[in-house]
Amino acid sequence: MRQTTPQQDLLRGLWRENPVLIQMLGLCPALAVTNNVENSLAMGLATFFVLCGSSLLVSLCKRWIPGEIRISVYILIIATFVTVADLCLAALLPDIHKALGAFIALIVVNCMILGRQEAFASRRPVGRALLDAVGTGAGFTLALVMLGGTREVLGSGSFLNVPLFGPSYEPWVVMILPPGGFLTLGVLLLGLAWWEERRRERVKAGGVPAGADMEPSPALGMSLSERASSRGDAA
Amino acid sequence: MSELVWIFLSALVVNNFTLALFLGLCPFMGVSSRVETALRMGAANIFVLVVTSLSVSFLNAFVLVKAPYLRIIAFIVVIASLVQVVETVIKKVSPVLFRELGIYLPLITTNCAILGLAIFQTNRGYGFFEGLAFAVGAGLGLTLALVLMASIREETELADVPSIARGMGLVLIIAGSLSLGFMGFAGLLSSS
Repeated sequence: MRQTTPQQDLLRGLWRENPVLIQMLGLCPALAVTNNVENSLAMGLATFFVLCGSSLLVSLCKRWIPGEIRISVYILIIATFVTVADLCLAALLPDIHKALGAFIALIVVNCMILGRQEAFASRRPVGRALLDAVGTGAGFTLALVMLGGTREVLGSGSFLNVPLFGPSYEPWVVMILPPGGFLTLGVLLLGLAWWEERRRERVKAGGVPAGADMEPSPALGMSLSERASSRGDAA
Repeated sequence: MSELVWIFLSALVVNNFTLALFLGLCPFMGVSSRVETALRMGAANIFVLVVTSLSVSFLNAFVLVKAPYLRIIAFIVVIASLVQVVETVIKKVSPVLFRELGIYLPLITTNCAILGLAIFQTNRGYGFFEGLAFAVGAGLGLTLALVLMASIREETELADVPSIARGMGLVLIIAGSLSLGFMGFAGLLSSS
């Protein structure tokens, strides 16, 4: 197993293995609540909290969790933190809690969180697990705010409820409706693929062997060590 | 009676779980490349949704009245064990069906459509029969979306698309167009 540095653990989830944009995990909340920046940010931070809390707890308790029932234990731990987040949001920010509705509770089945527990937190020391959770959670929030920002600017002509274009702007209402979510993420992914292809061509033209550091969407089931070693072989 | 029909229709097309509420996107993206597998996945989903709806009605009526804060935990535990039980029973009773459903049955546990159904049913205060209509409608809606997507993807496999669109980008754009089409049903409920 190739050892990763703490910086790698922290930064990996932010962009190169971004849960939404690269790994395509946790799509349900990423599309459902991102019709404005405020909701995206709230959803991102709630998920961030749940991910950090459960990574910490799973990593702390990994010695006492029997292998056969580990998935159920992870889900229970995650569900506990989601309940905490749900009740806190309802008490502190009732308006946002109402806007997010059922999707706060649905953080439980966000495959990104379970994936991080299975692939990382259950086999690494506490500090590393926390770094990884912070990086992945921040990457998730970043992707959500990118989506929410695009949709709010185009769909309502504002950013964080501040009008941008003046009264003559005709908003693209479709962007804040469900199809807008699919289209925004689709266009974003096309753009990323285009950028990646151009980068690869430039590397090829330069005669440098292409680094495999941007693996196309690593599968959820693939363990981290496998991923790390495959990358090590290719480089 | 008419109310049940509206709940059913609303879950089927107007508030389609996949295309309007973004629930159950993982199977929608993952297993929608063949129509046949899409149908099987849909069938497994309908089945689990109905069983979930029944047990959620029971939980809401008898258990969660005393401890509402346990809602999320109770639902996820019940769903996970339910899927396990259903899997064992099907394996025993009908090995053929079990082989047909294959890996999809256990995967359904982490499908947000199932937990989503449980939570929506509770939030809207649906009773036993309303919940049942909701579950069947939602399941058929999921199947409809899956099959539509799979048929389109079977066609695009042979199409000459730009190389950057050979991944999820194209699937998402198609899903966006489908979702746009389903928005046409939005007038169905308000006009009545």
